[in-house]
Amino acid sequence: MGVGLVLILITSLIFPGIVSVVKAKVAARKGPRVMQHFYDIIKLMKKGNVYSRTTGFLFQLAPIIYFSTLLTAVFFIPVGNYKALFSFEGDFVMFAYLMASGRFIMIIAAMDTGSGFEGMGANREAFYSLLAEPVFFIIMGSIALHTGHNSFYDIFSSLYVESALTYFVSALSIYLIFWLSMIENSRLPVDDPNTHLELTMVHEVMVLDHSGFELGLIQLAGGLKFAIFGSLIFNLVLPIQNNYFVQLAFFPIVQIIYAVLVAFVESFRARNKMMRNAQWIITLSALSIVVFLTILIIHEKVGMLP
Amino acid sequence: MKEIIFIIITFSALGIFTLPKRSQYYQMLVTQIFLIVVTGYLMYLSFNRIGPLQIYLFELIGNDVSLVIDSLSAFFIFVINITILTGALYSKGYLKPYLRDKTRLEMAWHYFNFLLLHISMLMVVMLREGISFLVFWELMSVAAFFLIIFESDKQENKDAGIKFLIQMHVAFYFIITAFIICSIATGQNIGFDSLEQYFKTYPSFPVFLLFFIGFGIKAGFIPLHTWLIHAHPAAPSHISGIMSGVIIKMGIYGIVRVLTYIHSDLMPIGVFILIISIISGIFGVAIAIVQHDYKKLLAYHSIENIGIIGIGIGIGVMGLAINNPVLASLGFAGGLLHVLNHALFKSLLFYTAGSIYQQTHTRNIENLGGLMKKMPATAVLFLLGAAAISGLPPFNGFISEFLIYTGLFKSLMVSDSILSVTLLAGIVALAVIGGLAVFCFTKIFSIIFLGTVRSDKTRHSHEVRSSMLFPKFIIGILIIAIGVMPFLMLRPMAFVAGVIVDDTSSLRDMAGTMSGISLSLSLLIVFIGILLLIKLKLSKVRHTDIGPTWGCAYTGSDPALHQYSATSYAEYIIMKARLLVGVKKHFRYLTKEKIFPSETYFKTESSDVFDDNLISRPVGGLLSFMEKIAVFQTGNIQHYLLYAIVFVIVITIISIFGII
Repeated sequence: MGVGLVLILITSLIFPGIVSVVKAKVAARKGPRVMQHFYDIIKLMKKGNVYSRTTGFLFQLAPIIYFSTLLTAVFFIPVGNYKALFSFEGDFVMFAYLMASGRFIMIIAAMDTGSGFEGMGANREAFYSLLAEPVFFIIMGSIALHTGHNSFYDIFSSLYVESALTYFVSALSIYLIFWLSMIENSRLPVDDPNTHLELTMVHEVMVLDHSGFELGLIQLAGGLKFAIFGSLIFNLVLPIQNNYFVQLAFFPIVQIIYAVLVAFVESFRARNKMMRNAQWIITLSALSIVVFLTILIIHEKVGMLP
Repeated sequence: MKEIIFIIITFSALGIFTLPKRSQYYQMLVTQIFLIVVTGYLMYLSFNRIGPLQIYLFELIGNDVSLVIDSLSAFFIFVINITILTGALYSKGYLKPYLRDKTRLEMAWHYFNFLLLHISMLMVVMLREGISFLVFWELMSVAAFFLIIFESDKQENKDAGIKFLIQMHVAFYFIITAFIICSIATGQNIGFDSLEQYFKTYPSFPVFLLFFIGFGIKAGFIPLHTWLIHAHPAAPSHISGIMSGVIIKMGIYGIVRVLTYIHSDLMPIGVFILIISIISGIFGVAIAIVQHDYKKLLAYHSIENIGIIGIGIGIGVMGLAINNPVLASLGFAGGLLHVLNHALFKSLLFYTAGSIYQQTHTRNIENLGGLMKKMPATAVLFLLGAAAISGLPPFNGFISEFLIYTGLFKSLMVSDSILSVTLLAGIVALAVIGGLAVFCFTKIFSIIFLGTVRSDKTRHSHEVRSSMLFPKFIIGILIIAIGVMPFLMLRPMAFVAGVIVDDTSSLRDMAGTMSGISLSLSLLIVFIGILLLIKLKLSKVRHTDIGPTWGCAYTGSDPALHQYSATSYAEYIIMKARLLVGVKKHFRYLTKEKIFPSETYFKTESSDVFDDNLISRPVGGLLSFMEKIAVFQTGNIQHYLLYAIVFVIVITIISIFGII
């Protein structure tokens, strides 16, 4: 249990660094060091705060709650054979709702500033996440249906039956979770974190007024989100085998590949038109429904149709 | 003993009329507490018994009328008592400004109806004999009607009250028809006991449909919800809270009670309830998002939550149909626990809404803003309710939704494909409803409490008196308690679900899961505590500055003007859900002829598709038809004599030709 937790936490610190290094290399820039992101956070933590006159105590409390919900969510994620601390039936529902709680309080904090820009960001965050939520539930429902279990650990540990269907399910689920992670982290194609226009931002514009310790927590939380989704992908990629060492060796490799993929998407893909985002996310849900129906059909339950 | 109790209650209820204005309230409160103690004792007696508790009262037209309390009744008694008690405590402060304008009799009438509502709701959940049940059902509607039109000097309140009364009688008609059908078919007296026999021998669905429409109007399932969205805003806030908390739940009680007698046709009934509930849930919250009146917005959220309750009950019935006790017990327990949860957080939200209204005298959220600084306790309580209604942990709304989710996911594997698709629809609906609720409540909380003040309506507002805050804190503690210690609710809910489902062992098996939730939430709270301590430590050493909000270096004009407004926040939903929410924009273009633009206006209003097409349009058509017919009513005696002669002639001709 502890090993998985440590792995996820380490990943969360390094992941954003890898992404920016690869992005720099692709763009033929020199780029920052891998650990630069981490140093930035330490520097932020050492700084003082500037608060807006409009804000109240909720604004200061929100990043703390946000980070805590994500940190708690980490305890739900198994890594390969390492079972998570909390594992019970329907734990992924709890996991999803914990993330939603964090989002809720950050939206409130953004609205607390009374700024039009942050209202825009908060509004978009609420809207996109409401569209993305069903995708996660349909994926989990599909895998649960496929494996006959309904907790993260049981699902992932019984997923590996050597069948073509498993490959198909895993591949599509990885694809969907990858894009889901991009939406959750407000990355391309939904949002470009490097843009310099507040009007087109989502997540970045929500945290415009945060500073110091709180901003550091928010940055840490961003890394954590990637690490959480990275571990989910790892669980789908790698079967649970008895060999702990293989898993330990593979975990970093999967994470690096994931980071490189994120960097490539960020380097080569254009951002969606703002108005198209909703459609794009709904397309993902449609795809997840395809996964669900395929599993239903292949499990030969169609015979029971009236 | 029971005679004495009845005499005490009757006399103390009527006694309200004899008292001066100041002490009427206490008379009502004491009577209510007496009622709560009595029914609480009955609840205690009914708990842990095999079979329901029966108390014989009297004979009515050859029928034995007795109080029958099983765990379902006991559960509803608990919900009624807790909501009524907090409502009564809250009403003291809320009604204070009205004491000046209202006469002694008006106040007494209000308090009396409050008591009557309490008594009739308690009787409704305890009676099984048909006629007495229907009498108290009717008394409940009438009492609620008088409570709604408390501020009857406003025409819109009276209209809303009349709408409520008419629709309640339509509902009454459906219920009584269903009872009569059962009674005639089985030869038994009117009452729930005749249902047992009826559903054994006849197809269940048609009569269930009658009951569902009757009770569903009370509960506010879409498209039967149209009274609700007018009555909730019109009623004084403590009544709105009670109405949303328990009065509409009486409909749910009726439906569940009828379901306990049904043993056939369960699959179509389950699917039917599930579909109606999904529609209610999604439409309710989608229409809520575009509302600017916060009480109307909360009213639409009642519909949404009735939808969630219905999803639980629907999958419970489907579980009964496929003989799957896991699905059945989780569905019913989740749905019924949501009845309690919704009663808690919705009454909390309506009471806080009442406090806002008392301080600002406006229900339009576009006029509010920045209230957090003036009413911090109210703001925190509203936020608590908002998080709970959005189904977020660590609050109670999450627990009931979690039970429903678990039921859905668990039965996904054991069902056939058609059922699997239906269950997936349930899962997706719950997820979408949750997301939309977050969207809606971040909007309403932000626009009312956060940012900069939008108009001078909030100028004189300040925190409400502590007598109004106290009941809300009680509710808040209950919300957190159920959210953080959900394992406490498993045993009671297993008893309640046991009325319908024989085998509730799967609920008891959830104990491990519930303590997992509880532990993880404790961990969350520990993390928050540690980080908060670090932050407090740091803020002592680090430098803190106060400045304006970042506005791209633009600091001109009034900061309230470039805030996000409620309309702009809802814009995405307005665009995507144009068919459901008829939002109309009224505005005048700026004319180009003039050099300086003249004054213009912009107004948006939203309407409910169902209200328009099911109620307003047919009623309007009927009225205009009636007006056309009214040309015959001239008021001239000669004309009326002419009608009589024409009638006689026509009858004669018809009989000569032997047509009749």
